Amino acid sequence: MALLDTSRPAALRRKRRRETGRTLAFLSPWLIGFGLFFAYPLISTVYFSFMKYDGFTAPTFNGLKNWTYLFQHYPFFWQGLRNTLWLVVVMVTLRVAFGLGVGVLITKVKTGAGLFRTAFYLPYLAPPVAATMAFAFLLNPGTGPVNHLLGELGLPQPGWFTDPDWSKPALTLLAMWGVGDLMVIFMAALLDVPKEQYEAAELDGAGPWQRFRFVTLPNITPIVLFAVVTGVIQTMQYYTQAIVAGKVASGVIGGSGQQFEPGYPHGSTWTLPQMVYNLGFQRFDTGTACAAALVLFAISTAFTALLLRRGAGLVED
Amino acid sequence: MTLNPALPLPAAARTAAARTARRRAALEWVAVHSLAIAAALFFLLPFVFVLLTSVMSDRQALTSELWPTSWHWGNYAQVWRTPGFLTWWRNSLLYAGLGTLLTVVSSLPVAYALAKFRFRGRRLALMAVVSMMMLPPQVTVIPMYLFWAKQLHLTGSLWPLVVPMAFGDAFSIFLLRQFLLTVPNEYLEAARIDGCGDVRTLLRVVLPMARPAIAAVALFQFFYCWNDYFGPQIYASENPGAWTLSYGLESFKGAHHTDWNLTMAATLLVMAPVIILFFFAQKAFIEGVTLTGVKG
Repeated sequence: MALLDTSRPAALRRKRRRETGRTLAFLSPWLIGFGLFFAYPLISTVYFSFMKYDGFTAPTFNGLKNWTYLFQHYPFFWQGLRNTLWLVVVMVTLRVAFGLGVGVLITKVKTGAGLFRTAFYLPYLAPPVAATMAFAFLLNPGTGPVNHLLGELGLPQPGWFTDPDWSKPALTLLAMWGVGDLMVIFMAALLDVPKEQYEAAELDGAGPWQRFRFVTLPNITPIVLFAVVTGVIQTMQYYTQAIVAGKVASGVIGGSGQQFEPGYPHGSTWTLPQMVYNLGFQRFDTGTACAAALVLFAISTAFTALLLRRGAGLVED
Repeated sequence: MTLNPALPLPAAARTAAARTARRRAALEWVAVHSLAIAAALFFLLPFVFVLLTSVMSDRQALTSELWPTSWHWGNYAQVWRTPGFLTWWRNSLLYAGLGTLLTVVSSLPVAYALAKFRFRGRRLALMAVVSMMMLPPQVTVIPMYLFWAKQLHLTGSLWPLVVPMAFGDAFSIFLLRQFLLTVPNEYLEAARIDGCGDVRTLLRVVLPMARPAIAAVALFQFFYCWNDYFGPQIYASENPGAWTLSYGLESFKGAHHTDWNLTMAATLLVMAPVIILFFFAQKAFIEGVTLTGVKG
């Protein structure tokens, strides 16, 4: 057996080399992909962020001008950052809280649990564009069913996607509708909480809220943290729903030469990823777009680092 | 709630306690199921309203009436016949089908190596995978676009969307690796003793065992491609012949400016494949979601 020869240095070296070879072979699709689709474009983005470049004529060195323009003179940078921050705080909090609530509810359902679970999960599957189109219709202030029902109940009828004060809450509602992924994750975590702890708490006279507070929550804290951090990272990338809602609500889909007003209404749905698209592909200011992309990169990397530290289990064996 | 049978209680107290417990359980059943029904309405009513609107007449769709006065199932045929719709459908299938196949084929060996091989820099490689999983596509899109447009002249086609799938997808690698960690090493050693090389072990031993995880990854990737809006917007927007359904759908609203009935019929036609696929492969899908969140 070759295994017995490993005491001899030459054989050991040969074995090592063979193992390195097969490791590289197995990893090769990813290694090439990492270089082509991550390392190379990232370095280029840094390079272009110091260049004056419109995507057509040759780039020229521009120093820090793109950066100072982005932070000091570009009128929409801070607005985009504020909107993104609003979504991160409100949307992520409500989605995690609601997901946990629905998760707890589904573990308590005794009759028709499978049916309820499917019903709660289904909206998560709806393609984002389709879901946003559906909500743009449902929340349409004039003829939408939601305001129709609110009117019947004598409640106020917000302008939703057409009102700058209500567009982000409308997007939040859409995000909460698609909470099925969190429900499943929480459900699995909740079923793993040891039954004995509940029985012990009950013998100690703990009511339902106390059992949730002192038994359930401590047991699922890692999963809640995971949901919060991944939620923040996802919200940093928030794009499709915001742009489609703005397009449909403003009635400008493009095609007829009309330029869609990004972040409609009044920049209220304008986010960092849209900034990259708008600067790079609509205003052809490639340099500033790359600077904006790097801001997005810096913030997402910070949160990913947090996730890797908090959820060290992600990369353990 | 359950009573501890070990507790010595007098017979009378026991029946009284049992009665209170029964009453409490019944009350809880009613409370839980009412809440569940309310939640189900929140999740399902949007589908119902969209469906009802999709079969209304053009005129009724402009009112705020909720129930169709007459049922126009022909709206679906009309959407289907809209110029472009079939092309977008085909493009979506191509992107999602090829993308899924390439992703699985290229991600499995990487996940296997990360789960089972011992080598220097393994942890680093894994952290790179997780980091790339979290990377917003907008960060790298500008050089990528310039590369496809200026060097290869392939924008306005599906190539820039499909080709990257042949180089492993971070999320799929991560999910497959999490699953492969649970495959006992004894199987792999037994295969080696029987004379299997690495490739044969992967194909004959690991692949059959990893079928549920592969199914989950394939579904996720199919949905990702089917739902992708940003990719087609960047690479295909200049050529309507290369649009996918996700990207074409909003322009449908533009072409039929006020026709909410046709727009909602189109919206349901975009949702349909995803939801049908889910019903066929529910278990694999939910296992996949759980694997990412809990086993992590």
